[in-house]
Amino acid sequence: MYKAYETSFRNQSLGLVDKFWGISFSYVFLIMLLAAIGVTMLYSAANGSWEPWALRQLIRFGMGFAIMIVLAFFDVRIFLRYAYWFYFGVLALLIIVEIGGHVGMGAQRWINLGFMKLQPSELMKIALVLALARYFNSTSLQNIETVKGIIFPAMLVMVPVTLVMIQPDLGTALMLLFSAGAIFFVVGIQLWKFGVLALGAIVSMPVAWHFLHDYQKNRVLTFLDPERDPLGSGYHIIQSKIALGSGGVFGKGFLNGTQSHLNFLPEKHTDFIFTMLSEEFGMIGAVVVILINFLIIAYSYIFALRSTSYFGKLVAVGLTTNYFLYVMINIAMVLGLLPVVGIPLPLISYGGTVLLSVMTGFGIILAVNINRNINIGKD
Amino acid sequence: MNRDNDKGKVLIYRSMILGAAELLLLLLLIFRLYYLQVYQADKYATLADENRISTRLLVPPRGIIYDRHQNLIAGNQQNFQVMMVAEQTTDVDETLEALKKIMPLDESEEKRVRKDLKRNRSFVPVKIKDNLSWEETTKILLNAPDLPGVFIDEGLSRYYPYKDMFAHVVGYVAAVSEKDEKDDPLLEVPGFKIGKSGIERLFDKELRGKAGNLKLEVNAIGRVMKEIERVDGVAGDKIELSLDLRLQQKAYELLGNESGAVVMMNVNTGEVLAFASAPAFDPNIFATGLSTEQWNELNGNMKKPLLNKAVSGLYSPGSTFKMVVGLAALESGMVGKQTRSFCAGKMNLGNHTFHCWKDAGHGYLDMVQALQHSCDIFFYETAQKIGINKIAEMARKFGLGQKTNVGIENEKSGLIPDTEWKRQRFGEPWQQGESIISGIGQGYILTTPVQLATMVSRIANGGYAVSPTFRKFDPKNGVVEAKSMGISPLNMEVVKQGMFEVMNAQGGTALRSGFNFKGQRMAGKTGTTQVRRITMKERMSGVLGQEELEWRLRNHALFVGYAPYDNPKYGVAVLVEHGGSGSGVAAPIGSKMLLEALKLDATDKPVD
Repeated sequence: MYKAYETSFRNQSLGLVDKFWGISFSYVFLIMLLAAIGVTMLYSAANGSWEPWALRQLIRFGMGFAIMIVLAFFDVRIFLRYAYWFYFGVLALLIIVEIGGHVGMGAQRWINLGFMKLQPSELMKIALVLALARYFNSTSLQNIETVKGIIFPAMLVMVPVTLVMIQPDLGTALMLLFSAGAIFFVVGIQLWKFGVLALGAIVSMPVAWHFLHDYQKNRVLTFLDPERDPLGSGYHIIQSKIALGSGGVFGKGFLNGTQSHLNFLPEKHTDFIFTMLSEEFGMIGAVVVILINFLIIAYSYIFALRSTSYFGKLVAVGLTTNYFLYVMINIAMVLGLLPVVGIPLPLISYGGTVLLSVMTGFGIILAVNINRNINIGKD
Repeated sequence: MNRDNDKGKVLIYRSMILGAAELLLLLLLIFRLYYLQVYQADKYATLADENRISTRLLVPPRGIIYDRHQNLIAGNQQNFQVMMVAEQTTDVDETLEALKKIMPLDESEEKRVRKDLKRNRSFVPVKIKDNLSWEETTKILLNAPDLPGVFIDEGLSRYYPYKDMFAHVVGYVAAVSEKDEKDDPLLEVPGFKIGKSGIERLFDKELRGKAGNLKLEVNAIGRVMKEIERVDGVAGDKIELSLDLRLQQKAYELLGNESGAVVMMNVNTGEVLAFASAPAFDPNIFATGLSTEQWNELNGNMKKPLLNKAVSGLYSPGSTFKMVVGLAALESGMVGKQTRSFCAGKMNLGNHTFHCWKDAGHGYLDMVQALQHSCDIFFYETAQKIGINKIAEMARKFGLGQKTNVGIENEKSGLIPDTEWKRQRFGEPWQQGESIISGIGQGYILTTPVQLATMVSRIANGGYAVSPTFRKFDPKNGVVEAKSMGISPLNMEVVKQGMFEVMNAQGGTALRSGFNFKGQRMAGKTGTTQVRRITMKERMSGVLGQEELEWRLRNHALFVGYAPYDNPKYGVAVLVEHGGSGSGVAAPIGSKMLLEALKLDATDKPVD
């Protein structure tokens, strides 16, 4: 019988060398493989050129990789200690964005740091996981199972979700909600509570619909029936399906995707990069990418379960779910299974913030794995 | 604490469920991939090709039209147009100004060019001007370095080397209009021209050819990336006409400045050898587009150059109708070859007097003589005797009062009246006086020159119902089998002899126009029809000479004839509007046409 709190041979602190050898190299390799595929696709997206995306993405990946490794060397207890600090810091940034952020893509989501545009909502995905993990680590199962016990964590979730929603960035808000929901689930909140919540959501749907922006309504309607406006909002998804389907099993070959290279496929370097990959490398390429992600997620769960600390487990599960949501939503979206919500495919799509966000997540997951035997108290 | 242990267990248990669910969902995406990329791959492959491949039709060269001796009548000519691609030029205005210095461009054209440049994407070539002269083309090519983005495009445009000579028979091509039947995708090609008139219209489908295909790869905004496939079209069929360039030339030349028509046929095959209507127009301007001034000039001309008088002009046949009346009488048995009438210069019916053209009268004459002298009284009496219905029946046998269906647009059917027609048209009974004037081809009767040519050909060939056609007769296809009209050869001979005497006997109305070419003679009949009524007062004070009258009041001059008399081959009908008299104006033209044909037959390049 596995003992979650087995503490017989814990080493309270590891040396740098031990930590280095503690890094899961196969995990890191899978991440690098995915990033390499991403850079390759960006090279193709620019019609066989390193400019303007592939090279920059490579540099950003380098930065992200460094961050990941540095974080991997951190003691998990530091994450616990500063979880709330980090959370409230990011929340402050979100509020700043709300007040005077940079306008981009019709929604205020950025803080211009000069060298890059910072998207606090991306950081919130990590901050929220850490904050919730800290809270649930410190409380008891009894408390979790009471309504009173989940008021505070619910607040931790709803405040940033609301802020992101009014940006408006429905995709990110839903992702925050879903990853928080996953954490609420694993910590043991009774299933009937989810049932009540789901029921409430369904009932309030017509009201929520009223508050959606026109373009958001359009996206949902278009998802339900892409043909209703084939040259307008339905264009993306129709062209995406054509590109995917015409790729067939073996694809049209590297740099030979007609839908992408002749610009029928929009956003081919960002949200629809999976489509482009599937067009050029066919179902084989698409399945390979899905399987690599499968392995990354599977590894992450193994790391989570191997961790002896409650906090470590919860952080790993939360961050993994966060990553899973990116992958799942993006691919389901380009396959026409979900509305187009503007979620990129991490490690492959062009874009700095998401890349840094998921690399940060991987770094923390690595740290959880390396520190799996470190005892963490309730606070 | 026990609960602490449970808390950890719950986390592990639920994490395993969550992880398993996530991994399962991820794998489920593969089913969707399978559905799209394997199950529906063909459908989407087609859609992708529809996206990227733009098929354009390649316009095939239009078929060439030749006369019966392989002379080119309508061909294709290289047409240069100057085009401009906005994105290849540094400054559109600057380039346009530079171009204007070389090649004048009027204000409206410049406005259109600027509009087109603005409306189209910058990579789309915009036409600045077409039908460039050779000089303009070379100038632009020489100045190419100063004209970035400007290039010369070659195309084919229809070309009629004989200009107005064949205008009404060969016709012209012009841009497809709304009302044209869209039975061929070629018609949707911008700038495509179809036959709008004459033979160009009649044989349009054969001349058009089959479109070729050009498959291009285009991107989402329509820019051409590369050529994928090119299948050249099939050029239109060449058409060999029955027309003879030399005879057409002669006919048009003989009409000169007159307003009229000449139709010449092979009396045995129906092949139309010459088909002219004057004045005409230059069909080349229709292919290149004509200006408002040109159009107004053509439309406003008193002599109606746009009217094809050979098929659309309606005229009383006048005395050329007398053969029909004569044959109707002979066939009825009520008048014989020997039957004589007395012409006193006029005859009375009730209180109306009918005049012969010769006031003094012709005295006694039989049918041959009546034709020879074109005596009106004889035919008044004959018509009175046999009645209009017999005349109408005979006229219809000769193709009068109905379309010949030669294939030229706007053909008129003319009018051959009878008692039934009068009753239906006016609700009144037929009057005897109306029969009388019908006897000399006046009154309600209306014919077209092409009908008259058909009539004279049917007389010449001894009563076989040949019809005019523009296709060259190919002996390989056997002989033309025209149906006999069932008229007694003896009666035909009477009429033909009368027509012979007209040209060859003393007192014949067109004796001056007769000829004897190597023993070959012609036969014919003149006709002069009034376009105004001569009043009793004028008749008393002396009828005005034709020269004294205003042009539009002068008589129409008609002539029908054939040659050689012994072995008829060529039939001709001539109409000169307000020409004055048939013998003075129309007969010489008809005679010269027939003589020309006989002379050509004597050379090493005969008509046939």
